[in-house]
Amino acid sequence: MPWLEAVRLALKTIRAQKLKSFFSLIGVLIGVTFLIAVVSIVTGMNNYMEDKFANALIGLNTFQLRQRPNFTSGNVTDDMWREWSRRPRISYDDAAYIKAHVKTPVVYANFCSDRATVNYNGKAAKDIELVGTEPTYFDIKNYKLTAGRPFAAQEMQLGLPVLVIGSEVAEKLLKGVDPIGKEVTMYGLPYRVIGVVERQGTLFGLSLDKFVIMPFTAPARRWICPINILDHLIIQASGPGTMTIAMGEVEASMRTRRHLKPGQENNFFLQTSEAALEGWEKISKILITALPLLVSISLIVGGIVIMNIMLMSVSERTREIGIRKALGARRRDVLAQFVVESATLSTVGAAMGIALGIALAFVVRAVTPLPAAVAPWSIVLGVVVGVLVGMVAGIYPANRAAKLDPIVALRAE
Amino acid sequence: MSEPIIRIRDLTRHYEMGTETVQALRGVSLDIGRNEYLAIMGPSGSGKSTMMNMIGCLDTPTGGEYWLNGQEVSQLSDDQLARVRNKEIGFVFQTFNLLPRATSLHNVELPLVYAGVSSRERRSRASAALGRVGLGNRMDHRPNELSGGQRQRVAIARALVNEPSILLADEPTGNLDSTTSEEIMQVFAELHRQGQTIIMVTHEADIAAHADRTVVLRDGKVETDRATHGVAA
Ligand SMILES: Nc1ncnc2c1ncn2[C@@H]1O[C@H](COP(=O)(O)OP(=O)(O)OP(=O)(O)O)[C@@H](O)[C@H]1O
Ligand SMILES: [Mg+2]
Repeated sequence: MPWLEAVRLALKTIRAQKLKSFFSLIGVLIGVTFLIAVVSIVTGMNNYMEDKFANALIGLNTFQLRQRPNFTSGNVTDDMWREWSRRPRISYDDAAYIKAHVKTPVVYANFCSDRATVNYNGKAAKDIELVGTEPTYFDIKNYKLTAGRPFAAQEMQLGLPVLVIGSEVAEKLLKGVDPIGKEVTMYGLPYRVIGVVERQGTLFGLSLDKFVIMPFTAPARRWICPINILDHLIIQASGPGTMTIAMGEVEASMRTRRHLKPGQENNFFLQTSEAALEGWEKISKILITALPLLVSISLIVGGIVIMNIMLMSVSERTREIGIRKALGARRRDVLAQFVVESATLSTVGAAMGIALGIALAFVVRAVTPLPAAVAPWSIVLGVVVGVLVGMVAGIYPANRAAKLDPIVALRAE
Repeated sequence: MSEPIIRIRDLTRHYEMGTETVQALRGVSLDIGRNEYLAIMGPSGSGKSTMMNMIGCLDTPTGGEYWLNGQEVSQLSDDQLARVRNKEIGFVFQTFNLLPRATSLHNVELPLVYAGVSSRERRSRASAALGRVGLGNRMDHRPNELSGGQRQRVAIARALVNEPSILLADEPTGNLDSTTSEEIMQVFAELHRQGQTIIMVTHEADIAAHADRTVVLRDGKVETDRATHGVAA
């Protein structure tokens, strides 16, 4: 019998017995739903963590020279904390030394920050990230300005009180007015707004637009960059290769500057976005490892249910099998009919599971900050798994049907 | 009689029932010619259905020989028997044995499905067969939307669609009233006139009277075998 015929027959049987068919394929449905939903959430998170999280927090091909790690994964012991706190902090002079000694062409930006309140005309924007940095920072962060301009190197050298503000700060304080040239105050100090950065969106539901940027030499440095001390030095390379080289050079220069002997541990830290992703990678590995187990269990249960339904179906349709055999169906025709029927049943379950899994992923995306993204390979896998489970579950019942004696089968009822 | 289409020699069929052995056929010898119209009669349990199952290759004999179209079929494998059933045999059963959920057309197409005929050709051959039994206007009806006589006509169309060497009918009128039975007999008579070989089991003498030869079985043996003058022919 041509297998297309068998599929058509199977679909007809499924349609004729909707409720029974639904219950029989629910196991496969749940298994594939799991598969699609979890894979979608994990891959979505992966994309998000790699593209947005890592880049928003650190930047592409970028690393930071810091006193200690700021993204820590796993256990940090008390001893580690004590050692980190004893380390010398990164100073202006360290940054200048690095800039003078590293040969690889890279872009630097001194960086310090704190939470501040920005006031304008009696209004206050609280809990704003105040960043003190260099003009290169705008390139490193790839910030586009919707109004005005970034501050210039000269303004930084002079330590002028100029400010580029994030879009949310502009919304809050300067809605309906041209922000350029307006005077806002921070820590009681007057600042002139010279630019507005394009909207950056959110990360896990947190706004990325609640910041203001000033030259790190500007008057408010007293609060955010205490005398001669930086939060960190940002270093951006042109590509992954140069970044590795630059990291080597920075490490070597710092060791020389701090007179570290061979074998002595670094008393500074180079933070990359990979390090920031470590924690997430651990979680995603656990999820992806646990997934096959969960999916297998529901598929095995689903397969057993389908097998029983098919056995029932074979005994209910013994007469039909007898008729088919009397009309010339060979063993393999009957076998194929029931295996295909079982596989079709299971594949319908898998298809429903795929739809449900995708729906679930979209719901997760809509109601949580988790960015689910459906992975095409998981859909393919879902279909393959559906077909296979159905075939395997169908073989035993189909073989029973195929071996029926035609006369005995015809006499059944 | 020309070279027989069916040649049976000392055919036996035993059923093992626990310790007991039921001898359903105890050595039957029979030649059936091309274009013969044969009725098999006999009391209940005499082995008529067993005989038909042998002839129809649904069952294999315990002993003896069975030649169909010059081929010894008692030694064929399951798949070969299926092929013979598909190509050479058309069955008509007392209980019609139609697939309940399928339309007339689809029921009639079934043997062609297993013969590997393309779906377009299946359709045209199945509707032609339904036309032959006068059901050209009932192709999309399901069995439960048809009368008993109409169901049996669908079954006859299905038996004929593969142009089999022999049409086998085990009590084809057993579930029908006398008027409808007579209609079915008219269909058989017409098929016979067109050259179809027919073997039919019946309990009723007036049904058997349509055939031109009657074999009576008793206790698994041929009791009488004589020509009758088919009234319809
Ligand atoms: N599968 C079987 N197992 C055991 N005995 C069987 C089987 N099939 C038939 N028999 C026996 O073989 C004998 C012949 O049966 P068969 O069905 O051929 O009779 P029949 O002539 O067709 O009777 P009826 O007119 O009632 O249909 C009977 O005694 C029956 O009990
Ligand atoms: Mg009988």
